[in-house]
Amino acid sequence: MATLATTVGLPRLLSALADGEMVDLGRHLDAHGAPPSERQLDAGSLVDLVERAGLRGRGGAAFPTATKMRAVRAARGAAIVVANGCESEPISAKDALLLRELPHLVLDGVELAARAVGAGDAVVAFEAPNTAARESLESALSERRAERCDATRITLFAAEERFLSGQETALVSQINGGPARPTFVPPRPTDRGVDRRPTLIQNVETLANLALIARYGADWFRELGTVGETGSRLVTLAGAVEEPGVYEIECGTPLGALFAAAGGLSSALAGVLVGGYFGSWLPAPGIGQLELSDEALARHGAALGCGAIVALPASCCAVAETVRVAIYLATETAGQCGPCVHGTSAIARTLHGVAEGKASPTAFADLERWAAELPGRGACHHPNGLAHFVSTALRTFGPQFSDHARRGPCAACADEPVLTFPQSIAPRT
Amino acid sequence: MTRIGVNRIGCVGHGLCAELLPERIELDEWGYPIVDREPITADLEGHARRAADACPTLALLLERD
Repeated sequence: MATLATTVGLPRLLSALADGEMVDLGRHLDAHGAPPSERQLDAGSLVDLVERAGLRGRGGAAFPTATKMRAVRAARGAAIVVANGCESEPISAKDALLLRELPHLVLDGVELAARAVGAGDAVVAFEAPNTAARESLESALSERRAERCDATRITLFAAEERFLSGQETALVSQINGGPARPTFVPPRPTDRGVDRRPTLIQNVETLANLALIARYGADWFRELGTVGETGSRLVTLAGAVEEPGVYEIECGTPLGALFAAAGGLSSALAGVLVGGYFGSWLPAPGIGQLELSDEALARHGAALGCGAIVALPASCCAVAETVRVAIYLATETAGQCGPCVHGTSAIARTLHGVAEGKASPTAFADLERWAAELPGRGACHHPNGLAHFVSTALRTFGPQFSDHARRGPCAACADEPVLTFPQSIAPRT
Repeated sequence: MTRIGVNRIGCVGHGLCAELLPERIELDEWGYPIVDREPITADLEGHARRAADACPTLALLLERD
């Protein structure tokens, strides 16, 4: 874990990290001081501050946090806050890092979010196998009770380990005792979520930023980043770099600078996946100049999403990597929406056929058609994500896909995967 | 302005909508609607209403914005 030492003003979120240990309350307060009291910063001022800071959600959708807070404040009923640390994206490790090592920063954010929307209760959610998160959170909560800095009733929730577990409505469904499946909106969780109450769901990195904005202000927050994308970002860098891990960068940092901070590339690249398994494959040539902001990435049809980036080594088979993820995503459909159930399965099956050299003559045309037809035709963005992942793979690795369709598996197909999944649900190909 | 929407969880692909409103709805190869989000024009309002009413799972939505 590290930050870009060359950027003035960083690290922010990760400044108190202590060699892999959980940062306890004393150390946390030494680093950041106490958050402003309600008298110093009341609910209305806090929401205004968040708006001026330009804070957007760090879970993947980049929705403006103040807008969500206002929606919850305007809804009828007793509000509740959900801190979303599910991070079901297999490559991403930033939320796990925050929960494990900086739980007080997240819990400060939970308290402040509760103040902003007038909530007396909050839930901190993480994936059930993430026992390190549970241990740190339990320890941090008991420290806070002892020091009486616990204005909000905070409970912990262990969510299912599924790709869609952290999807907002699927998380609400689980907390309400239901399955880890998205629900139809409206009603949005901001109107009717946990226990049918107005629910503010924020990613844990967003909440950690809230904890800093409340202390240091909107102008301080905007010192880093671009006009539209303010502040720092946690990114998880995996693949062919010397030191993979979680890095804190300024929005807009070139990818090459991130690679350099990670000790440089450990091999030539086949391509780069930006934004995790819902993200975009981009070709390797010139990739170092790519700016990590949504505005710059949008020119390549990409987005930073949850901040997971994979540098795929040139020695890997991009086709096999893509097919495995497509099969994984197809098996992770919630199984509720017809186009997603049939479309993701057809894409995965057809891609597998291509990789095996057993594709039908219409395979590529079918894949392009399904990838174009799927987006927007589910209750959540699962079909959009898979369609985008596959169409950018076909664009970036076209010759490799054609080779496999003609000749079948290559020598690298059976190599150890770079793109991995939770072992319990890894698909077999 | 009214547009066609679909509750994708409710829709099970009966396909009546595509018969009643082919101007805005076609079916994919599995029988699920692909919707044209162009606003419903005055001449189509009656057909759109009938298509929504005919959906056995009430999954076809007339969304106003």
